[in-house]
Amino acid sequence: MIDKLILRVVALLSVLLPALPATASVNVFATVPEWAALAKEIGGDKVNVLAATTALQDPHRIEARPSLIARARSSQLVVATGADLEIGWLPLVLRESGNPAIQPGQPGYFEATSAVRLLEVPARLDRADGDVHPGGNPHIQLDPRNILAVGEALTARLAQVDPANAAAYKAGLARFAERWKAAMGRWEQAAAPLRGVPVWVQHKGFPYLSAWLGLKELGALEPKPGVEAGSAQLAGLLERQKATPARMILRPAYARPTSSDWMAERAKIPVVVLPYTVGGSSEASDLFGLFDDTLRRLLVGAK
Amino acid sequence: MKFVRPAALCAALAALPHAALAAPDAASEADLKQLRNQLRELRETYQQRIDALERRLADAEARSASAVAVAAEADRTAARAESVAKASAEPAPQRPAGESAFNPAVSLIIDSKFTRLQRDPSTYRIDGFIPSGGEVGPPKKGFSLGESELAFSANIDHLFRGNARFSLAEDDGAGVVEVEEVNVESLALPAGLKMKAGRFLSGVGYINQQHPHEWDFTDAPLAYKAFFGYRLQNDGVQLRWVAPTALFMEFGAEAANGGKFPGAERHTNGAGLWTAFAHVGGDIGESSAWQAGLSHVRTHPQERAFEDGGFTNAFSGRSQTWIADFIYKWAPGGNSRDTYFKLQGEYLRRTESGSINYGGDGNDYAARLRQSGAYLQAVYQFMPRWRVGVRGDWLRSGNVDLGGLTSAELPILAGYDPTRQSAMVDWSPSEFSRLRLQVARDKSRSGESDNQVWLQYVMSLGAHGAHKF
Repeated sequence: MIDKLILRVVALLSVLLPALPATASVNVFATVPEWAALAKEIGGDKVNVLAATTALQDPHRIEARPSLIARARSSQLVVATGADLEIGWLPLVLRESGNPAIQPGQPGYFEATSAVRLLEVPARLDRADGDVHPGGNPHIQLDPRNILAVGEALTARLAQVDPANAAAYKAGLARFAERWKAAMGRWEQAAAPLRGVPVWVQHKGFPYLSAWLGLKELGALEPKPGVEAGSAQLAGLLERQKATPARMILRPAYARPTSSDWMAERAKIPVVVLPYTVGGSSEASDLFGLFDDTLRRLLVGAK
Repeated sequence: MKFVRPAALCAALAALPHAALAAPDAASEADLKQLRNQLRELRETYQQRIDALERRLADAEARSASAVAVAAEADRTAARAESVAKASAEPAPQRPAGESAFNPAVSLIIDSKFTRLQRDPSTYRIDGFIPSGGEVGPPKKGFSLGESELAFSANIDHLFRGNARFSLAEDDGAGVVEVEEVNVESLALPAGLKMKAGRFLSGVGYINQQHPHEWDFTDAPLAYKAFFGYRLQNDGVQLRWVAPTALFMEFGAEAANGGKFPGAERHTNGAGLWTAFAHVGGDIGESSAWQAGLSHVRTHPQERAFEDGGFTNAFSGRSQTWIADFIYKWAPGGNSRDTYFKLQGEYLRRTESGSINYGGDGNDYAARLRQSGAYLQAVYQFMPRWRVGVRGDWLRSGNVDLGGLTSAELPILAGYDPTRQSAMVDWSPSEFSRLRLQVARDKSRSGESDNQVWLQYVMSLGAHGAHKF
């Protein structure tokens, strides 16, 4: 009887405890899929990466779920976007995890926005302006030059957290950077027709993409970041559309279709649903796929 | 200096050979001399002029060269300024310098209500249960300012984080400040351990750690009102440990003063109230998350006074409470922005054994009370910003043995099972504001039902920390 009980307890523990593969040496907790993908490109089999969110979740509105706390507890490196994107949940997950190594300020806490120059830094901070990010727009992942810059900084950080594998990370970055630069050349060539194309955006989530490709953003459907567009706002935009016509509306995969569909139907321009991050479409299964698919969709929309 | 017009000069030069050729014979020595003089004069004048022009040219050249150099210098300065500007924009965001840079995060929660109550809130009681003495009743009828919460938090240094939360209210025209929480948390304990000391909301149960502005209904569950005076607030220490497993497992224990219900004011050394709790949680696929817990609270109140039957009575003995809690949240694809659903419930069971000192005759009577309560609530966000919710509350006064005393002496302990049903709808234009309408049918008083309508707003100003799961 007691033997049976002990066996059961051992069986239960053996299911619960070895949750983490033994081969990988660093557990990386990435807040969003793009940094998870980047960490995998650089770290290869030396890292065990978890993305805390999926492409279909609004990165501003994530809950500090127990599973995230459990995962943060046994991570050696947190890769966050920073610039207050994860302000609503990450600080709590980190504090609740009881893991001192991944607290802000420690080597185990990395912010991607620390490696790039942010756009749209607000001149004034007021919550009446909606969901403003004091540090600047945090949606940096849609400019491949940013990906490379973050990759370089992340490599240095991985090497700091796990010095034994520093050479492997450096080699991983070199491999990735070579492929990435080649791909960037390809993308920039393919995207030439997009230069100067006027577009509407659903949420101010594409400034880096627009800056890279030279898209001309006429404005956002959301009157204020994080505030859903009302009918008066959309009617006003429709008037502006008549004066200065945009060619398409850009919407991230996680967002509600209502306002962009309304606008598209009346303005007779296509809505281009962009994967926004890795996993946002079936083609965007990794970082290369993300940009391949983004460009393909933009070019189709601009035709 | 003699001025020579270029036209005249040309004419003279042109005239010279002709003049010489025209009169070769007549040309006297004097004429020739005069001509030579004129020529020399012209040559000298010319030379001076050429020299002057050459000097001016050289000057101009020097000036333009230095202008080019200045321009180049300006370019370099501009580039430096740009790179400085870029560098300052690039890495760490600029922080304001000076003393204010280290100010703690401050937030103010404004929580006001308008109520329409069928019964007088000053007569509110939960029949069948020993009164907790806490603020369990509804606010006064009509408009009431309610409690505003003022909270501060910041990392103190590399080892500690401090939190403070005060509630500001008005009671009979006098301002009242209550210390809700003032505590220090550890930041750097190893191995998943966390320590907290000071006044804090106990980690038992689920809703106990939520501040009133985080509640899905305007008031606390009946079971919490009856067993903890709406929440268990400890002055003491807490130790928590998160297990290094994929499944979330958290274990905690607290030792506290136990000076408040279900404890009583103490005059002895050491701790008077102990708790132990465990929570497990995880995800079910992408769309669902859950958490469940089991908690225990144990205290030995001495002379815990309560008013009933026109006398002041007191309970002394042992009080033990068990809490089982669970929460389940669902959102399509895990994206809770548009729609989500949550189901939450807790079951509380308390056993108190000891003696009751009856104020009517001053004698002690052996007493044993086994009572329980539960609530179950569901909240559904059916479209962005709009939620509806229902809640049921049940209490069982259960098995009450009061020695020789009866409900004639202690009418509040007459057997009665209070219930309450609530429904609410709320609208949150942003994460920082919420407006709520709640209706409830409250049968806390034996034989009387109180139909309640609540209108409430909850607003968060300033820094606002993330909410717990």
